[in-house]
Amino acid sequence: MYVAVKGGERAIAAAHAWLAEERRGDPAVPELSPDQIREQLRLAVNRVMAEGSLYDPDLAALALKQARGDAVEAVFLIRAFRTTLPRLAASRPLDTAAMACDRRISATFKDAPGGQVLGPTFDYTHRLIDFALAAGLPVPPAPVAPPQAGPMPHITGFLDREGLIRPEPPSDAEPPDLTRAPLALPADRALRLQALARADEGFLLALAYSTQRGYGSTHAFVGELRIGRVPVAVEIPELGLAVEIGEVELTECETVNQFAGSKSEPPQFTRGYGLALGMNERRTIAMALVDRALCARELGEDVGRGPAQDEEFVLSHCDNIQASGFLEHIKLPHYVDFQSESEGLRARRAAALAGREAAE
Amino acid sequence: MTGYTFAYLDEQTKRMIRRALLKAVAIPGYQVPFSSREMPMPYGWGTGGVQVTAACLTPEDRLKVIDQGADDTTNAVSIRSFFRKVAGVATTEATAEATIIQTRHRIPETPLAEGQILVFQVPIPEPLRFLEPRETETRKMHALADYGLMHVRLYEDIARHGAITRAYAYPVQVEGRYVMDPSPIPKFDNPKLHRSPALMLFGAGREQRIYALPPYTEVRSLDFEDYPFEPTKAGHACALCGDDASYLDEVIVDDAGGRMFVCSDTDHCRSRRAAGRRGTMAAPFEDAAA
Repeated sequence: MYVAVKGGERAIAAAHAWLAEERRGDPAVPELSPDQIREQLRLAVNRVMAEGSLYDPDLAALALKQARGDAVEAVFLIRAFRTTLPRLAASRPLDTAAMACDRRISATFKDAPGGQVLGPTFDYTHRLIDFALAAGLPVPPAPVAPPQAGPMPHITGFLDREGLIRPEPPSDAEPPDLTRAPLALPADRALRLQALARADEGFLLALAYSTQRGYGSTHAFVGELRIGRVPVAVEIPELGLAVEIGEVELTECETVNQFAGSKSEPPQFTRGYGLALGMNERRTIAMALVDRALCARELGEDVGRGPAQDEEFVLSHCDNIQASGFLEHIKLPHYVDFQSESEGLRARRAAALAGREAAE
Repeated sequence: MTGYTFAYLDEQTKRMIRRALLKAVAIPGYQVPFSSREMPMPYGWGTGGVQVTAACLTPEDRLKVIDQGADDTTNAVSIRSFFRKVAGVATTEATAEATIIQTRHRIPETPLAEGQILVFQVPIPEPLRFLEPRETETRKMHALADYGLMHVRLYEDIARHGAITRAYAYPVQVEGRYVMDPSPIPKFDNPKLHRSPALMLFGAGREQRIYALPPYTEVRSLDFEDYPFEPTKAGHACALCGDDASYLDEVIVDDAGGRMFVCSDTDHCRSRRAAGRRGTMAAPFEDAAA
């Protein structure tokens, strides 16, 4: 028993060697390349980029390969790498209105300038396992339409113009960054959105769903969901101008939610906001619902109606790297504490049993 | 290792941590928020301690890492090899020879000396957390030194069980001011905190908090006049070295539930055996270990 504990260093090395073998799987089956993962498991790559807070599809694909497909483990690899990267510059705010959309839908208007664009969606597919896919047959090309020429303005802009939706005052203040400063509560909306943008998708989904079932309901409509590429520009001080350095794929969701009004504000619509790196539809809609639920305090709504409204609860528990690390640390040896507990329990049991015997 | 700075963290991050450490030393027992970084090991596995150690290490340091008192438990092995790789510092298992000791759940049996730094890994830095889950509330309670809730909790223990049941992470009060969680060390170790000549630093990575006990700080375990604090341990002597005053691990040795008790501090046990001390089960088990 004691001997087993002694072998720590050798045991760890052997475990890691075995892990490497397991990761490779049967050597008779061709090895996956990160390129294949990036191209064919793109939604897994996108989740890793979103929760890893790093836009790098190649690196996310490699992380997924190293993590044997475990999304949270891959996110962890990306996060640990990300902290070692120098920050060279901050981009100018992205203009999502200028997005080259692959997909853009609104559930609040039948049609709007720019139109409804379905794009590559699972929606309306029948979820039938496609056994033909196992054979790896070539995919027939999809029909191609001419690219949209006109602008694709944000749907909520139309509600804005009418004064129907609560305006979001623009601000040039530098947004806070929870990766550079400890989380302080209460948090403003920018900080909350940052936390939600990298939060665990499952946690966001469950919280958003809970608001739909009445735990802090916000009566959300998907005002707009858009997915596409947006240019990233960086101000170069030496040149005195902004230079486009590339583009990123984003998913953005704006929900339109009811608001009964308060003493200072008339009844109006409000908006929830979701944004994620890559095509990440489910997490973005969920994020918008949770964002809106967390606005309850600022809007003067009753905040006791559900966990999704509880900023401290949500922000303290939404990060899957923190959560999984702490959850799994209970695998580590705890025998010092456990011994201390059992010694105390033995003493209390002896006292209780002696007391019972004395009473009999 | 190439591509990384000394001790892994970049210099700006180490400076940020050192500033938090200075503040923590200036206000003993007070939890200083710091911008904890994501480390290449999981949260909850010592990232706070690792960041504090990284910020304190110099190339001349000699580092000891223990988990459950032992140098050879898996996570201690892992953290020690991390620092060997990223800082190239000398490591040791001898408590007296170490300049920095990172620990999880124990304080070494060998008394610490001036100039040594003991770095604790802390899972939940807030001693009031299980009485009040909200950080916004507990910070207020600390600011007002409002510790009534804690005293009521300890009193309820006595009323229900006849004794304070907290066996580890037993709360202490520092210099009569801040109530502090000493990390999940067994309460047996609490007296070692009091007026220790070594600098004690506590790092909680996931919870983004650092706190400290400067050398010779008064640290009192919470209790009542008529129910004084009692450090406890298993009522046995170490089966390997015969020590009846050190903290013991319980090891199950056969299918019938037979057990032996051995020192949790492996360095302490080994040096006693090297000095010729023997416990009741010393010979066969040492043969097996060789």
